[in-house]
Amino acid sequence: MRARTRRLWTFAVAAALLLAAATLAFVALRQNANLFYTPEVLAENGIPEIGKDVKVGGWVAPGSLAYPGDGSEIVFTVIDNSPATITVSFTGIAPDLFREGQGVVAIGSFDADGKFTARQLLAKHDENYQPRELKPLGAGPAASAS
Amino acid sequence: MIEFGHLAAFLALAASLAQGVLGLTGARALAGRAAVVAFAVMALSFATLLVAFAQSDFSLALAANNSHTLKPMIYKLAGVWGNHEGSMALWCLVTLGFGAAGALWMRTGRDVFEARALGVQGWLAAGALSYLLFASSPYLRLDPAPLQGAGLNPVLQDVALASHPPMLYLGYVGFSFVFALAAAGLIDGRIDRVWAKEARRWALAAFIPLTIGIALGSYWAYYELGWGGWWFWDPVENASLMPWLIGAALLHSVVVTEKRGSFAAWTALLAVLAFLFSIMGAFLVRSGVLTSVHAFAVDPKRGMLLLGGLVVYGGLALGLFALRAPKLEGGKPWQMLSREGALATNNVVLVVAALTVLLGTLFPLIAEATGRTISVGEPYFRLTFVPMLAVLLAVLPVVQAWTWGKADLSGVWKWAAGGVGLVAVFLLLGVSVWDIPLGAAFGLALALWLIFGALWEVRRRAVTLARVFRLPLRVWGMTLAHVGLGVFIMGAVVETTQRYEATLALPAGGSGTVAGWNITLNDVHAIEGPNWYADKAVLTARKGSIKAEMAPTKRYYPASRMPTTETAIHKTAAGDLYIALGDRRDVDGETRWVFRVYFNPLIDFVYLGVALMALGAFFSLVPTRRRRTA
Repeated sequence: MRARTRRLWTFAVAAALLLAAATLAFVALRQNANLFYTPEVLAENGIPEIGKDVKVGGWVAPGSLAYPGDGSEIVFTVIDNSPATITVSFTGIAPDLFREGQGVVAIGSFDADGKFTARQLLAKHDENYQPRELKPLGAGPAASAS
Repeated sequence: MIEFGHLAAFLALAASLAQGVLGLTGARALAGRAAVVAFAVMALSFATLLVAFAQSDFSLALAANNSHTLKPMIYKLAGVWGNHEGSMALWCLVTLGFGAAGALWMRTGRDVFEARALGVQGWLAAGALSYLLFASSPYLRLDPAPLQGAGLNPVLQDVALASHPPMLYLGYVGFSFVFALAAAGLIDGRIDRVWAKEARRWALAAFIPLTIGIALGSYWAYYELGWGGWWFWDPVENASLMPWLIGAALLHSVVVTEKRGSFAAWTALLAVLAFLFSIMGAFLVRSGVLTSVHAFAVDPKRGMLLLGGLVVYGGLALGLFALRAPKLEGGKPWQMLSREGALATNNVVLVVAALTVLLGTLFPLIAEATGRTISVGEPYFRLTFVPMLAVLLAVLPVVQAWTWGKADLSGVWKWAAGGVGLVAVFLLLGVSVWDIPLGAAFGLALALWLIFGALWEVRRRAVTLARVFRLPLRVWGMTLAHVGLGVFIMGAVVETTQRYEATLALPAGGSGTVAGWNITLNDVHAIEGPNWYADKAVLTARKGSIKAEMAPTKRYYPASRMPTTETAIHKTAAGDLYIALGDRRDVDGETRWVFRVYFNPLIDFVYLGVALMALGAFFSLVPTRRRRTA
């Protein structure tokens, strides 16, 4: 009898904790799972909620890299195989392998004008690595970037 | 030479198969001998790889792809495990090493049980060796041999990172022996105090290097990547955190089995899970199913094989568990409010925390199956993992003093009042004096609470000052680990909430101000190393009377056409001033250099805390001498 009560208690505590954890996880996932946008997807679906954290990815358009301010901010255009583009602004040090024509994934949010402010550019540790979300594209700058 | 090593690896496979068969039939002495032989030949085999790398023998494909004549010797050697095939060879070596160590040092007095543990370990080794030899062989030759190698990925050419994989593997693979002990115990139907005493030692032997390995990786990421942070909740990092959490749960649960005979089934399950999570870590890292900032070049086919291994070994072990667990003997009776109950809660929280990390790590895969591409970042883990940890730590000092079986609850109200009071004081101070977020104030209160609780426990156990120094090492181990956790939390809370960062774009002679530091760029010039050349910026940082010369550099490794960031760190009592050099930008005809400047307060507490945890675990491992009867 004692052992049974104890087991009940253990299960109750474990279940309560699991439930709390599951709720937390559910809420956290709803709020914090970042959707991934390529220029094409963005053109189809429109801009996501302003200020919400999302990821964008594509290729840095050759010739688009510019330093509009004192040099600490970089602005570049992300393209894919569609005619659509995304303008991305980033303040800080770009990853070591960031250059024009390379694939890039940025985390940040959109403003009302559709400009994307990145707070992080994803780096690669390895020349041969491609971000999984970026399916190698047949045409365009993608071909030169592997 | 390499052919000899290749042959030796096949011999190791044969010996580990012999170990597997002999062990499961119960031949302790023979299985032990096979284990030692298997380890010895695999060590020879691994040595041939080391020699090939040391001599820059580029007829070895692995060396050609990952080494270079101009590399310093230490990175030539580290290049052996700085890639997939070589690291799998290391995995095999460590698996066999734990088998041999088990053969030599297991002391349970149960020959058949020990033989079976060696047998299971033999089968685990045979699986790893087959994978090595047939799916990712490091012994392949190139013909014709290239004159020069491609070089080790330059970000990996670093002392902390050279020692990170061996440490991590000692931890991951160390759990293989704990797994083997659990399987043998389940076959025997005896997960009792004798079993727990043995399993605890091996779990600690795996937990210590795992802790150090994670810390090394984190420290490397901190100073080498130039992002200022030390943990990014990246899948590759989470892959090492999950076995650590399960291992921590195991270390707490196995004590209950050792002292009271209770929790037998649960402890066995954790012992199995710790290794399964380790294999899963290898799978997540090596298969490339998840997007990681630390991504390695990957191969999906190998990922499938690792997943296959996980399913086979996991299925067998969990099947065995399901068969035997209901028949295991229970221990001494206990009530919910007792040391057993407290440790059970600890275990549930740690395991649930590991599961939330698992969910966050795998969720992008689940979502992808439904057609959406998403990622889960730091906010998720902060919202789920951190509160759970907080619950765990808040109760720890209170329940620490509880006795086995049934706790004396008379002092609980004092503890509760003390704890609530401490939190209230910190919340007030946090809002009015320090001006920090409520969560941070709460975290600091918790850290202090934990350290106080750990020290109070020493006082409680020792009673008098004279006896403090005669407490068993195990008690000191526990105290150190808990103090370390408190120190870690203090560092983590302060660093993550109070970190200050800014970007400066400076021309030569220009200056800027970050977090009260005035930073002047004196000069940028070119320097050269053995296999790299670099831009080196020389800056002067001033704050009040403090003046520091700092020289962040950016290296280029021509062999792999890759730049790396070498940050400059100036340590102060309050934290690190941390500067990374970015790229050169031409703005309006003027050359400017971009710097990312961070002030990372109390960052050393993070690593000090983890080091204390590892040291505590080490103290717990040292065998206690029998105390003389007073």
